[in-house]
Amino acid sequence: MFFRPAISEAIAEFLPEFQKVLGVSGVSTKESILRQFSRDEGHFQVSLPSVVLSPKCTQQVSDVLKVCHANNLPVIPFGTGTGLEGGSVCSQGGVCLNLREFVETPKVYESDFVSSVRPGVTRLSLNEHLRNTGLFFPVDPGADASICGMVATSASGTNAIRYGTMKENVLNLEVVLADGKILNTRGKDRWPRKSSAGYNLTELFIGSEGTLGVITQATLRLYPRPTCFSAAVCSFPNVFSAATAVVQLLQLGVPVARIELLDDVQVAACNAYSNINLEVSPTLFMEFHGNEENDLIDQMKVVEELCISNGSRTFKSSTEPRRMKDLWKARHDAFYAALALRPGGKGFSTDVCVPISRLAEVIAETRLDLEQNSITGTIVGHVGDGNFHVIMPVFEDDPEEMKKIYEFSDRLVGRALKANGTCTGEHGIGLGKMKYLREEVGSNSLQLMRTLKLALDPKKILNPGKVFI
Amino acid sequence: MRILVGVKRVVDYAVKVRVKPDKSGVVTEGVQHSMNPFDEIALEEAVKLKEKKLATEVVAFSLGGPKSAEILRTALAKGADKAVHVQVSEAEAAKVEPLHVAQALQKLLEKDKFDLVFVGKQAIDDDASQTAPLLAGLLDWPQALYASKVEEGGAGFLKVTREIDGGLDTVKVKLPAVLSADLRLNEPRYATLPNIMKAKKKPLQNIPIKDLGVEIKSQTSILEVSEPPQREAGGFVEDVPALVNKLKEKGFVKN
Repeated sequence: MFFRPAISEAIAEFLPEFQKVLGVSGVSTKESILRQFSRDEGHFQVSLPSVVLSPKCTQQVSDVLKVCHANNLPVIPFGTGTGLEGGSVCSQGGVCLNLREFVETPKVYESDFVSSVRPGVTRLSLNEHLRNTGLFFPVDPGADASICGMVATSASGTNAIRYGTMKENVLNLEVVLADGKILNTRGKDRWPRKSSAGYNLTELFIGSEGTLGVITQATLRLYPRPTCFSAAVCSFPNVFSAATAVVQLLQLGVPVARIELLDDVQVAACNAYSNINLEVSPTLFMEFHGNEENDLIDQMKVVEELCISNGSRTFKSSTEPRRMKDLWKARHDAFYAALALRPGGKGFSTDVCVPISRLAEVIAETRLDLEQNSITGTIVGHVGDGNFHVIMPVFEDDPEEMKKIYEFSDRLVGRALKANGTCTGEHGIGLGKMKYLREEVGSNSLQLMRTLKLALDPKKILNPGKVFI
Repeated sequence: MRILVGVKRVVDYAVKVRVKPDKSGVVTEGVQHSMNPFDEIALEEAVKLKEKKLATEVVAFSLGGPKSAEILRTALAKGADKAVHVQVSEAEAAKVEPLHVAQALQKLLEKDKFDLVFVGKQAIDDDASQTAPLLAGLLDWPQALYASKVEEGGAGFLKVTREIDGGLDTVKVKLPAVLSADLRLNEPRYATLPNIMKAKKKPLQNIPIKDLGVEIKSQTSILEVSEPPQREAGGFVEDVPALVNKLKEKGFVKN
């Protein structure tokens, strides 16, 4: 734990000003609170923030930023703290902006298939709110993340293959800039399905990881909840044949909603953690959505033939909701199941994403790398997008172990970049992946990113130490 | 078997309720409302029974102000075949007590034969838990409350497993009977858009309360509604002897 006294003293001077904006209860310097807001679900734990501020409305966010901007105080926006790359972790001390108390009932425009939410609203609470409308918000990363946080990391989930990621599903954003200016990227209270008016500011902020502005409202696209579901679980002799089956499935154009690959180590971990009994070998989990049960049955036949032709040993399918839920619970708990392989370890997750045609070879090489270097890690992925995670429980206090892990990660990113891919499909750059950004996007793109950052935040107070080295 | 399912419009469970300044109740104006969660579970079970071909028709019922019609449309979207809205004015709705609901149901059942009346075990606004047992008493019908499982019990019977403090209690009830649904009975389905659209065409019958001859006369009056006391910050003590002294001071430990 690295506590930065210099910044803390500077901030102490401004506590009365913050209290004027937020009230005494909205400002906290209690150590237990600072600790709570110093970490996310990843393995970074760098320093305590100097103060945690809890605004409840856009004007308060703006007024807080005005104070910070005038006095060069670093600001770290914090949603649910469920990120994996240290995006909301405090790396240089400063003001933690806790947005969880900025909550309102989601605004829903049913006939437009649109909803607007504040930063304190999480994806599960939004879907609960929508439960009787026949609509839902489909992006589903593993955690119950705050939706505005999901915008900041350009999150994606298990059904991106059918419903897209945050990038495809945000229509408008209300953002507070570093100097406290409030803007709406598409204009206030606008949600046409498409527009050609001006630059695409909405997408500028998606994935900006709190470095360009603080997101205070997201206007989202909703979808009709599917009427019929079916799921299939299929084990393969090796990762290569499983990944090949995925590629063929997509090439055939079967409208699949989810395809997840769990390698044998992950399956074993899930069996132990979730008390289920899957065959321990690389396994594909597939889910299909439709309006007519007959369509789903036809699709299932095609899929079964395809899997068998790729060497699949077992093929189980179901339309029974409870059974399907069990299968998917195991997948959603995969992260914690992997951590349970080495209790006490923190989660180090990789996130490369490659074009589908290179997926099989990259996964196979990665599994070989793990084995050859005796690293405990599971592979689980949204293989329909070419994105997979290696989840490794690590002990950060062990420098030798961390050296091994970082070298593995470097090799993995190198492998992915050589395969025309990216170092991060959905988790973001945060703290952990900064060194790869230049190689991936090229110096001209990186330069343009810096130019934009300096244009929006010349004092560099928004989430310093993230994204850029 | 024809099933009548009682559903109530209540403040949504996710809302942070606030007490009115005059302490006469909680703020309900402009606050999100939805179907009582336990009623959703009762409805789901009734629809499941129909899907298993053990029931032929599911009718949803609600006694409430005009907005209760929305809740009934949701019930129709979730599988009910018809709906009955016993309507009272907004003002009267605030005075409705479980006995009135039971009396209204009793009157309905005089004209329309049902084999099963299924409601949630309690409403999340008043937590009264009275409608089902009151109705069973008025009708002199068998009752099985806090159902966590409902199965066939032979011709004209149902086997119901109930969750009670000591564990599980399994009873066999002769139809017609009154059942109330507990949390673990099932997980209600979502209403899908096609079903919501179909629901608009399903019959929703409106019956003003006076046509049933039920008078909304309160038997109880609310004296005061107040919030639980604010939780105060704890204090730190230096060592164990100081802790023990504090505990004695506060009267938690005998001197």
